[in-house]
This record gives sequence, C-alpha cells and structure tokens, in this order.
Amino acid sequence: MVRGPRSVPGAATASAPVARPRPQTNDKRVYFENRWIGIAFVVPQVLLIFTFFYWPAAQAVYWAFTLEQPWGGGNTWVGFNNFAAILRDPVYWNSIVHSFVFAVASTGSAMGIALLFALLVDRQLLGYRVFRAVLAWPYAIAAPALGLAFRFILAPEAGFFAVFNRIWPGVWDPTLDGNDAMIAIIITFAWKYLGYNFIFFLSALQGVPRALLESAAIDGAGFFKRARYIQIPLLTPTIFFLLVINITESFQDSFGIVDIMTSGGPARATELMVYKIYFDGFRGLDYSGAAAQSIILMLLVIGLTIVQFRYIERRVHYT
Amino acid sequence: MNKNLLTAVGALALSASLAAPAMADKTKFDFWFGLTGDLAQRVGEVCQHFNDSQADFEVVCTSQGNYDQTLQNTIAAFRAGNQPTVVQVYDVGTATMMLSGAYYPANKLMAENGYTVKWDDYFPGIARYYAASNGDMYSFPFNSSTALLYWNKADFAKIGKTEAPKTWEEAAEDMKLLKDAGSACPMGINISANESWQLLEQFSAIHNEPVATKDNGFGGLDTELVFNKTKFVKYVTDLKSWYDQGLVKIKAKETGKTFVEAFAAGECDMMMTSVGDHGTVAKIAVPGLDWDVAELPVYAGTERKNSLVGGASLWVLAGKSPAEYKGAAAFLNFIAQPEQALFWSTVTGYIPVTKSGFDYMKAQGFYDKPPYTGREVAIASLTASEPTPITRGVRIGNFTQIRAEVSNGLQEIFANNKPVQEAIDGVVERGNALIKRFADTYPGKTLP
Repeated sequence: MVRGPRSVPGAATASAPVARPRPQTNDKRVYFENRWIGIAFVVPQVLLIFTFFYWPAAQAVYWAFTLEQPWGGGNTWVGFNNFAAILRDPVYWNSIVHSFVFAVASTGSAMGIALLFALLVDRQLLGYRVFRAVLAWPYAIAAPALGLAFRFILAPEAGFFAVFNRIWPGVWDPTLDGNDAMIAIIITFAWKYLGYNFIFFLSALQGVPRALLESAAIDGAGFFKRARYIQIPLLTPTIFFLLVINITESFQDSFGIVDIMTSGGPARATELMVYKIYFDGFRGLDYSGAAAQSIILMLLVIGLTIVQFRYIERRVHYT
Repeated sequence: MNKNLLTAVGALALSASLAAPAMADKTKFDFWFGLTGDLAQRVGEVCQHFNDSQADFEVVCTSQGNYDQTLQNTIAAFRAGNQPTVVQVYDVGTATMMLSGAYYPANKLMAENGYTVKWDDYFPGIARYYAASNGDMYSFPFNSSTALLYWNKADFAKIGKTEAPKTWEEAAEDMKLLKDAGSACPMGINISANESWQLLEQFSAIHNEPVATKDNGFGGLDTELVFNKTKFVKYVTDLKSWYDQGLVKIKAKETGKTFVEAFAAGECDMMMTSVGDHGTVAKIAVPGLDWDVAELPVYAGTERKNSLVGGASLWVLAGKSPAEYKGAAAFLNFIAQPEQALFWSTVTGYIPVTKSGFDYMKAQGFYDKPPYTGREVAIASLTASEPTPITRGVRIGNFTQIRAEVSNGLQEIFANNKPVQEAIDGVVERGNALIKRFADTYPGKTLP
C-alpha cells in the first residue's frame, strides 16, 4: 500500500511551524565525536523503514507490472497493461474526479470551520476552556466508528436529518442520490479533521503577540478586522501545513468512512480512489490492479504536494 | 523414493497419534471462520463439543471477521507459511479456492484417514454447488442457507389472503392491495452488492435462466455473463416500476433500518432474504408479529427449479502435517453427524446439509415447534427439482466485484440515471472484463 506522510500527532506537533520566533537551535546542536555512534543510532530506524515501507512498496511496484495470483501460485509479466486498463476505464477517471471533489470540499470545510472555532476560543469567551478540550476530541475517533455514528445521524428515515424529509419529503436521500451521499462523507471526514485542525490553529493563534491584537483593538479594529489583517496573515505557515496534511489525508484516510457509510455507492457516486484500491485489492483479490492504482494514487499525491510547495508556499511568510 | 518418504512420514504420524493419549498431549490444529457475534459463539460451542468428544485432538477456532476478511487473512497467512488447517470460505470464493492449489481435497483427506463419507447423503443442490466437474467434493458444506420470501400474515389477512403470493403477478396485485389498505412498505428490498444473491442469482436459478454461459461458469473460465438477455431484465423493470409506485421500498442500514429490521418491526409486509435470518426475525420481531416464510415467487407459467445454496464450506489447506490432517478429518467427520446438524440448525438458522441430518431433525420434531416452524420450506425450495446445469450454482471468477457491478447497475436504474436495459448491458460488459481478467491471472489453468 502507498503511504504518504502520515500525521502522527506527536511528530506533527514537533514539526508544526508556529508563528513565533525560531529558537536559536545552532547554540544547542549536539555533535558526536565518533560518526559510527550516529550511524548506529540511525540503523534501527532505517531497517524499520526498509522492512515496513520500501520493501512492501517495491513488491507493490512489481505486482503492478504482473498479474499476481492471490494465493501466490505464480504471476505473469504484463508490462504496462494494468496501468493501461485502469487509465482506459471511465469508471477510474470518475473516481479521480470524486476524489478531488471530496478533497477540496472536505479540506475547505474542515479548515474553515476549525479556524473560525479557534478564533472564537482564542477570544476567551465564556467557557472557552471547555471548548478547547472538547473540540479536539473528534480526531481521536477511529474512522469506522465515526462512519457508523454518522450513518445513523444522516439516515434519511431515522436519523437527525429525517427532520428535513418530514418537512420536504425526499429532499435528503444518500441511499440513491449521489450528491447527498458525497455530502454525507464530506461532513463526516470534515468533522473528524476539524478537531485536528483546531488544535493547530489554536496553538498558532496563542503564539500571536497579544500586544498586536490589543493595540489593534484600541485603534478600533473589530473581531473580523483583527482576524483578517493580523491573525490570519500570521497563521499562514500553519494554514499551509494543515492544507498539505488535509489534502493528503483526504486522499488516504477516507476509505474507512466510505466503506461503512456508502460502500462507494450509490452508483459509484462516492467511489474514491483509495476505496477502489481497498475494494479491488482486499475484497476482490485483484492484487495487481490494486497495486497499479496505488502507484497512480501515490504519484498523484506526490504531484499535488509538489504543486502546493511550489505555488502556495511562496505566499507563506515564516517569521 | 517419494512413496517411501510418505510411508515413513505416515508411520511416524500414526505412532505420534497413537502415543498422543499416553502423553496427554493433544494434537492441536487451527480452524479459522468468517462469522461474528452470536454466530461466532455458536461455532465456538461446536468446537467445544468436538474437543470434549475425544482425547486425541484439539481444534483451536478463531473468528477472522467476515467472509472477505477471513479469506484475506488466510491468503496472507498461507503466503507466509502460517496457514490454518481448516478454513471456512464463502460460496463465491469457491472458484478462487479451486484454482489456488492451496487446498487438500476433502474427499482425499477423508479416504486417507479411514472415514467413509456418504457423499450422496448431501442434498444434491448443496453437493453440486461445491463439487468439481467430476462430482468430487473438495470442501465440506458447513453453514448453508437459501433465500425465502418472508411475509406478514396479519397484514395479508387484511386484504383477505391467507397465503403468500406464488407468482410475481400475484405479488404485484397483493402489493397494490396492501398499499391501498394503508401499508407504507408492501415489500422492503435493498440493492447493495449482497442482494445480487436474491435478486439475480436466486431469481435466475428458480426460473432456470442462465447468469453466464458455459453452465454459469462451471464449464470453464472463459464464460460470459448473459443476464442482460434473460427474464432478469423484466424482473428489474418490474421492481423499478413497483418502486416508482411506492409498492417496493428501499430499506438499508443507510436509510435507518435494514429490510430485515423493518420487516421484524412490522413496517414491511414482505421481504426476500436468507433462511439464516429466520432466527434473527424470531428474536427481534415486535411482540405479536404474525409472520411466516414461503418460497420465492416466480413469474406465471414458470416451471419452478431448485433455488441455490448460499453460505460457506470448510476447506482443508495444503502444507500441514499428517497429524493435523488426521485431526481435521476427525473434526469434519464430527460436524457431519446428525446430532451436530440439529444443534447447529437450532442455534443458528442454517439448514442441515445432509438428508440424514434433515430426517433426524424431522424425527426429533424440530420443525413442529415454533419458532423453528417454516424452516423446512428452505429444504423444499432447495430440492424443488433436480439441479439442472444452470441451477447447480454460479462459479465465476472475481464474482465479488461482479456483485458490486450488479449493485451499481441497480442503483443507476433506481436513481433514474439510466434506463434498465442500458444499465444491465453496462453491468454485463464490465462484468465480462472482470471475468477475462480473472482468466488471464490463471493462464493455462482450468477449473477441476
């Protein structure tokens, strides 16, 4: 399976660019007298990465150019046939389009709402300590459990959304309406990443010097003006970091939600690339087709990340 | 030389198994199965009964999740050389298993370990589904079921009927009357990949209509889907028109209740599902729900054929020791006993797979007592006729994906994205590409 940069919370916190003066690391840098000690420290990590990442990835690349029998009975070299078959398939292009729609919509809503919440909590309104703790929780919930909960919440006949159907019969039906099903998985994914984004936005906001905000307030800038002209410009490194992570995760971390909530349906309306890989590879035992799709997805995510770094990072100002 | 080696190993194994009771050290072997929840506990009880019944072997039974996950895990374990001795594989996995080269044929296993299995004791519909083309059985049918029509007797009484509809024409009339009498859901269905079993496969079998050429794939890997030219098209057209008239409702976990739950709650008057759900409905039905089961309806003028068996069979995997195979043979022999069939069918909803098991259950009065009354309809449906080449079953590669294609096609139709014929043609075309891909994966191999 393809795996891009993962969002291990601890590691991410350490590397998250936050708008505050950089610590002067040069003074604290540690040198080893003997370079072999350094290498010895690195070896276990390299071995782990090789065993659990590069080796399986290399095997996936090999499978992508063969037709692999699931039980290991042998394989046939087919060159680029697997890729050609996938790229010729309109259904596959359909899944690419859906993946992009999903990525843009879920990243946009997860980041937008998280930023709004973080700005509100940062104002220290009544009960902000409670919100600060509670809003971080959604990220801790596993995707399948989340899918189950939202499947119930969004069920057209029994869930909370049933109210809308009682007012306007048939307005909400994710079982047969593809757009409704897409909205359902976007809501679910955005809800999960809202908590994640919130933590980063809040910690970054707390790095914004109070003096700036206070002087702006004295000058008569209201909540929105302060956010627009002071806080958000100072948050650009965090926004950029979260953008890269959210886009990447929406391509990879969505299959659990899709599997539980829609199984890719109705009529493929929510068949994302990663769900198709899961379905073809694990359910359908088409290892080679799934491997080829994984490689395409990997290249796509790498490409997207490069684009983001080249064209969006230019607008980011690190202090 | 090879023969000598085998004999030597055999002798060693024999002495090992003879010595086993003295050492009080049982030969352990693994059995992986794909059932969860209540059913997993029931399998555990069967295993416990086996372990208590003798002193030589101990079966270690582990649930691996659902059928798909069990197959995935088993394949991963097999590739790593840690496979279980016995594994439960679902019906549509049969083609993959037969081509895998990873199994030890059940008939060979039993013969080598001194068990005589009366293969003709199995119901023909069940035996032939799992058998190779020459009739040899490479796996043991374990949990078997077939699809039935569940109907709400009380609601049918309101429209003056005391029997379930036997034809679809009659069913259509009944559904209209039920709707006029105030029913919000005359029939509950779903159109996910799982329901391809009821809507396409069972329907085609009882109407003696092919799903694919070459006897539904039993005749070779180069089979082609043909259900865009059979009565299935008319059936889907009718279902869609009944749906548009509000006679058929989609009930799924995504809408809030599955059709089984909606039927058990008294909301839907009819549904089509496995006899395996008979126990579930009895357990979760609202108090006083007056319901029964019947055979699936057919179109008027159809000579009804046997319905298909669903469920899973037990495969013995290659590469285990003779002692483990001896244990596996004892286990398979044990679960085939009529007493075990009675226990298993009582606590689950699955049907007995042998005639002797069925006779034993009848003699014990099993089918006379509620809530088990009605389950004999499943046997009647399975044995409605001698299996024809078409009603023997469906043995097509990549069938899990084909079922998903069927579901996508039905969803396109029900969401008004495409007309019926165009959508089903599309399903057949994509399905044929999947079949071709499966055949290409196994070049030069043929189904046994």
